[in-house]
Amino acid sequence: MEDQRLIEDLRERFAGKILGTPTSLGDLCVIIDKESVLEVMTFLKKEPFDFAMLLDLTCVDEMGRSPRFVMVYHLLSLSNNRRLRIKAGVDEGSPVVDSLTPLWKNANWLEREVFDMFGITFARHPDMRRLFMYDEFEGYPLKKDYPLRKRQPKIHLRDPHAD
Amino acid sequence: MPTRIHKEAAGHKNLMINMGPSHPAMHGTIRIMLELDGEKVLNSEVEVGYLHRGFEKTCEHKSYFSLLPYTDRLNYVSPLINNLGYVMTMEKLLGISAPERAQYIRVIMCELSRISDHLTALAAMTMECGAFTVFLYLIKAREEIWNVIEQTTGARMTTSYIRIGGVRADLHPDIQPLMDKAVSTTNEVLRDVKGLLDKNTIWLQRTRDIAVVPKEMAINYGFTGPCLRASGVGYDVRKAHPYLVYNRLDFEIPLGEKGDNFDRYMVRMKEMEQSLRLVEQAMAAIPRSKPTNESNAIDAHEAISRSRDRKPDASILLSPNLEGSEKERYPDIYTKDRIGIVPPKEDTYSGIEGLITHFKFFMKGHGIRPPQGDVYFSVEGGSGEVGFYIVSDGTDRPYRLHLRAPCLHIVSALEEMIQGHYIADVIPTFGSTNMIGGELDR
Repeated sequence: MEDQRLIEDLRERFAGKILGTPTSLGDLCVIIDKESVLEVMTFLKKEPFDFAMLLDLTCVDEMGRSPRFVMVYHLLSLSNNRRLRIKAGVDEGSPVVDSLTPLWKNANWLEREVFDMFGITFARHPDMRRLFMYDEFEGYPLKKDYPLRKRQPKIHLRDPHAD
Repeated sequence: MPTRIHKEAAGHKNLMINMGPSHPAMHGTIRIMLELDGEKVLNSEVEVGYLHRGFEKTCEHKSYFSLLPYTDRLNYVSPLINNLGYVMTMEKLLGISAPERAQYIRVIMCELSRISDHLTALAAMTMECGAFTVFLYLIKAREEIWNVIEQTTGARMTTSYIRIGGVRADLHPDIQPLMDKAVSTTNEVLRDVKGLLDKNTIWLQRTRDIAVVPKEMAINYGFTGPCLRASGVGYDVRKAHPYLVYNRLDFEIPLGEKGDNFDRYMVRMKEMEQSLRLVEQAMAAIPRSKPTNESNAIDAHEAISRSRDRKPDASILLSPNLEGSEKERYPDIYTKDRIGIVPPKEDTYSGIEGLITHFKFFMKGHGIRPPQGDVYFSVEGGSGEVGFYIVSDGTDRPYRLHLRAPCLHIVSALEEMIQGHYIADVIPTFGSTNMIGGELDR
C-alpha cells in the first residue's frame, strides 16, 4: 500500500526518470536515471517519505551488459520504519554520478570506497580519493575484469634469486 | 602523496602529528593525522585500509557454503552475529527458515556475542583511559562467555557455527552450569564496573560532554547500534525489523540523552544487562531436543565396509568434531526444506544416494544455487546494523556480495567528533566508536 503511494508519487513528480519499479523478494526497488539521482534523493529525504538515513551505498559491475555499472543505494526511514533500494545504471564511457555528500555526510566515505573499487567518480565530491587502497594502486579491484590473484605490493617483494 | 589535511594545513604554523597506524590505542591499524594548536585538535584526517584484504572480491570466487568462514573474520569480537547476518540473507534469498530450536540457539549465541563485543569495546576504551582494573574485570567476564561459546561451537573466535538453514550442532548437553557461571560473573562484573566508573571523577571528566553527537548528526552519518541510541534515537533492528524469535522475548532498548562518550559507555552497559535477560529467557523457553541413542553405534569405517552388502541398521559413531550434529538432531537444528544444508554424515557413510548427495553438495558448480535476484538483509550487530547485500546470478557463487559495515559510518564521523577537543580526548572518543579493523577495512 505504502509502496504503491511512493511509486505513484515518484512517477508523477519525476516523469520519464523512473525507469522501473521491480520487486525482489518482497523488497521494493526503484530504478532511476543516473542524472536525477541527487534530485530524487533530495525529494525522498524530505517529508512525507522521510528517508533520513543513507543506510548503504555500493555498486555492482555487470560486465557485458549495458550500462555496465549499477549504483545501489539503500535508504532507511526511521519514522516510517521502512527501507528502500534505489538503483541507477552508469555507463562505462562516462562513469560519473552526482555525489550525495550534500545530503548525507557518510556518503563521503561510501563514495570514496566505490571510486576505489570500481573507478566511478562522483561529481562535486569534496575529497575524491581512494579509501582503502593506496594512491599508487593501479586498476579497480572489484571490477569483474580485475584478476583475483593479481598482486601489486606497495613495497616491492624481494627477488628470491637475487642473492 | 599529499593528503587532504596537508593541503588544508599548508601555510599554517601548527604542529602536525600522526597517531597510528601502529599506535597502542588504535585498535588494529588506523591512522589519524592531527593538526594541533598546543593540545587542541584543529583539524584531523582519518586514513583507513590497513587491514583491507579483499573480502568482497574473495567471496565472489567462493561458493555460498565455503565463504562462511570469511564472515567470522569481519567483526572478530562477535563472529556469530556476522555468521547470522550472512546466513539470514541467504535464507531470505533461498526462502527457507531455521526450525524453532535453532532459532533460539541463534538468539542465545548472538546475545552472548553482543555481550562479548560490548565488554571488549568498553575494556579497550577504559584501559586506554588508565582504568586497568576495569579492563581486567571486563576481560574476565568475556573469558567466561567465550567458554560457553567454545563448549558448543568448538571455537572461541572463528566459530562458523551458524549455517545456512540452521546451526552446525545442537547446544552442548552440559551447557547449563557454564552458562550460569558466565551470567553470574558478567552480572557481578557489570556491578563492579558501575561502582568503579559511574561516579569516578576522572572517568566523568574524560567522557562527559566530550565528542557530543546530536541526533541529527548521528542520523546524517548513518550511525546505527549503541552509538545511535546514545544520541537518543530508538532504532534497533531487533525491534524495528524483528527476525528470529526476538518478538517473543521481552527486552528494552536503552537510550542516551546527549550522545557524548559517557552516553555511549552507558548504553553499552545497559544493553549488556538486556542481553543477559534475553539469554536467560531464551534458555528457559527453548524447545527441548530429542534424546539420542548411541548404545550400539558402530565406527564410520565399519559402516562403510558393511554397507557394501546392505545399508547397516546400527547408528554410526561420528568423529568428536561432529558432536551435536548427528542425524537424529537434524530436525532440531536444520531446516526441513533440505535446501542448502550439509547432508547428514550417517547417510554419506552408509549409502550411495547419501554419498552422491554429499558430493553434489560440495562439487564446484553444484551445491547451493539460489534463484537470480538481489537481496538485502540486516541484523543488529555489536556496533550497529550488519547488513549483507547479495546479488545472485543463479550459479553457486555470489555475483556480488557487499557488507554494510556499521563502524565505517561511525568512524567516518570521527574527524568531526574530535574537532576542537584536546588530544587526550581522541583516545576515549575513538574507543567509544568501537572500531573493528576486520569489518571496517574488509
